Order: sequence, then structure tokens, then C-alpha cells
Amino acid sequence: MRNISIIFLKQLKDTLKNKAVLIQFVMFPLMAVIMENSVKIEGMPENFFVKLFSVMFVGMAPLTCISSIISEEKEKNTLRALMMSNVKPLEYLCGIGSYVWLMCMAGTAIFAVCGGFTGVSLVEFVAVMAAGVVLSELIGGVIGIFSRNQMSATSVTIPVMMIFSFLPMLSMFNDKIEKVANLTYTQHLSLLINGLGTAPIKAENLLVPAVNCLFALVLFVLSFKRISKNPF
Amino acid sequence: MSKAIEIKEIRKSFGEKKVLDGISLNIEKGEIFGLLAPSGAGKTTLIKILTGQLNADSGTSIVNGINSNALTGAECRKFGIMMDNFGLYDRLSCCENLKVFAGIYGIGKERIYEVLEAVGLAESAKKSASALSKGMSSRLRLARVLLHNPEILFLDEPASGLDPASAEEIQKLILAEKSKGKTIFLTTHDMAEAELLCDNIALLDGGKIVEYGNPREICRRYNHKKTLKIHLKNGEDMELPHNEKSAEIIAEMMKNGGLETIHTSEPTLKDVFMELTGKELSQ
Repeated sequence: MRNISIIFLKQLKDTLKNKAVLIQFVMFPLMAVIMENSVKIEGMPENFFVKLFSVMFVGMAPLTCISSIISEEKEKNTLRALMMSNVKPLEYLCGIGSYVWLMCMAGTAIFAVCGGFTGVSLVEFVAVMAAGVVLSELIGGVIGIFSRNQMSATSVTIPVMMIFSFLPMLSMFNDKIEKVANLTYTQHLSLLINGLGTAPIKAENLLVPAVNCLFALVLFVLSFKRISKNPF
Repeated sequence: MSKAIEIKEIRKSFGEKKVLDGISLNIEKGEIFGLLAPSGAGKTTLIKILTGQLNADSGTSIVNGINSNALTGAECRKFGIMMDNFGLYDRLSCCENLKVFAGIYGIGKERIYEVLEAVGLAESAKKSASALSKGMSSRLRLARVLLHNPEILFLDEPASGLDPASAEEIQKLILAEKSKGKTIFLTTHDMAEAELLCDNIALLDGGKIVEYGNPREICRRYNHKKTLKIHLKNGEDMELPHNEKSAEIIAEMMKNGGLETIHTSEPTLKDVFMELTGKELSQ
């Protein structure tokens, strides 16, 4: 537990000086606040920007942050120095994972306040975001662990992140895209968030993210075995 | 003295390339041992095997009484490993970099400042690691290694690429650790550094140890010429054999005041390596 908190604190200090990662946590909540308060169009759904950007946030921030953090540590061999100091791979992953999760939940809090969610809607929104962040972290972790350096991580992260964060928005305009998007967890998180407190939760809204999660978990376990065997 | 490191018949290949081919060595506790070889000859590979980062194809290595293959994290804490490519957290300050590892080792803050003071970085404690010069970065990496007061230090080319003043600082720190009774396994391709620091050295070539022993003894062993090189005040150079007659000649020169300098013809480690392998150590 001590090593997890040390990695957590290290990451906190590091991120405050790392604009590339910091901006991921701030960008979408800030855009939601600005857009919700500045764009008023007649007939526009309530909390349109909060719902749109919160899904993008879930698909982008945890995924890019985790893959960027792990790949940087691998590239600079600081991960090797940590492992040789008796930090276990699981402790390291829990340290950065809990840090990114908490930062994303702080962003979620901004979305929730901006959207004025209360009661059941608030609980549902936070739960959907919390689960989505974990799923994105798993995917980001897989990319980070399998990448040799930051450049190769970025080249994989960008298309993956674009699929998960932009498909729900694009599916609003195109039926074919919607069919593809229906296979992704972010599309169903988007449907859940858009139906907060009004539409009933359909089984597929939970099933698809669960299948996505299972798939990500298998990949994560495989990559974790790799990092446990040879963290270098 | 008991053995800190025992290496028996270690072999390691990467594909077709034999990097280590039956290496056997014993290193006593409290000794500075230097492994000298050109770049890419397998020095780092041997350190990785000894510290459990890499498995040998065959052979055994016992470090601190434990087989390297069976080293646990707790046992690794007794080592300090400074590899050239073990990076620093660039965005964190010197102090913050050490705080991460002090936290992991459960060491108090006062030790951080003690180590920073020892490596001469006390005044740069708040400077971010990215703003440090190469010499300062090396000293910070050494500070990280010394932080938990390890019993055995593995230093992979610690002064490589540093200017002479920075290299001397690092060498002083290594000698200071030896005086505390630490065992130090050093790899280098700098012969002068090895002669200055090491109690024993091994010359590695083609995956094999081609010579082993005290650096001065090795040089003496390969002193085939046994001559004296003399430089006279009139600018003339002479080479005389080691014998009674030469002693008389030299005594006469000294009486006349014609002698400027006198040197023995002992080869350097560079010469010995060249004689044994036909290669330059710095290749």
C-alpha cells in the first residue's frame, strides 16, 4: 500500500509539471463549462455539451494518460529503476491507475456540477463515468505496456482514442457509423448518460460495455503477465 | 575476507552472438572490482545477470550468498544499481526524485539531504532533473544508488561521457564508498579510472576473461621490455635496460645534473589489452 501511495504522489507532482497530461484532465470539463454557458440554441437538448464532452472525456483522458505515463517510464527506464527498488508491477499500475481515476473523477465532478445533476441522475452519471474511466484505463494500460516508447504508444493511442471518443458523436449523424459504434462501450455510456433519469436502462447498454471490459481485461492480463515477467 | 560475488561459467548468447562465454570470477567483500572491455562487449549483460534482470543461458552467479536467479525484491534492496540508462524523473527536482525512492525504501528525509550533500548537489536540490548538466545527472543517479546505503554497488560506466572534473568527482565518491566497506562492481572502458579505483580487474574480450588481477600487478606482469626511459636536460631521450651498468650511468647523469626525467617502461592496461586482444579498449 505504501508503494502505491508513493507512486500516486510521484504522479501527482509529475503531472502538475506535465502540461501534455494535465491538459487531458482539464480540457473537456472546461470546454463543457464554457459551451454550456455560452451556446444557447433553441431546441438543443438539455446539458447537450456536458453529455457530449463527458463521453469524449471518458474515451480520451484515461486512455491517453495511462498509455503516456507507462510508455514514458519505459522509454526513460525509470520503470526499471522502480522495479529494481522492489516496487511490484501491480503496485505501480495501481498507483498510476488510482491517480488517473481520481483525476478523471474530479473532472466528472465538474461535469456533474455544470449539468446540475442531482439525486438518482447524479449517482447514475458518476457510476457510468467511474466504470467508463476504469475501462479506458485498462485499454490505455495495454497500449502503454506493449509499446516500447512514447512515440509508438502515441501512434496506437491516437486511433484507438479517436474511435472510442468520437464514434458516439459521429453516430448521431450517420446510421452506419451508429451500427459500428453500438459495439463500443463509449456509445453505450453515451446512451446511458443521454437517458439519465428519463430512459430505462436497456440490457445491451450494460452488456456491450461488459463484453468490452472482458476483452480489455483479457488483453490487460496478458500484458500484465508480460510486464511481471520482464518489466524492462 | 568472504566472497560478495561468485560467478561460475556464465554463458549468455543473443541469437548467434556469444556475449559471455564461460565467465568465472570471485569478488571479495569490500573490494572494488573493475570489468574492463570495449563498448558492447557484454559488461552490462553481466551486471544484468548478477542483479537478476536477465537469466544466463548456463552457469551460476551467487551475489551476497544468493543465486541471482532467485533474488527477491527484498534482497535487491541490498544492492545499488547505477546503469547508464536508468533515467531520472526529468520534471521532478533532485530532491523530489530522491523522495520517491526514499519513500519506497522507507528512509527519512534527512538522509536525502545527507546524500545530496555527499554528491555535491545540496545547492541544486530544488533544481529540476532536466536542468542538470550531464555530470550533475550522473551524481544524482549515484545519489539515488547510495540513498539506501546498499551493501553492494553495481556501477555501469559511472563516469562515461563526463568531463574530467565531473569524472573525478564520481571517482572520489566511489572511493568514499569503498572506505565504508562497500563492495563495488564497476564496469568501464577507461583504463586510467580502473587503475585508480580498482583492487582487481578483469579484461573481457570475445565473451571471455583474458586477464585478471590487480591492475599494477598485471602491468608489471606484461613488462617484457624492462627498460628505463630517460629524458635528458639537453632534450635527448634514452632507453636503458634494468641492470647494474644502467644504474651507474644514471648515477653519473644525476651527479652531472644532466637528468631531466626517468620512467620505467611498464605497460599501461591499454597496452596489455592491446597485447592480449589486438584491440583498443576504447573501441
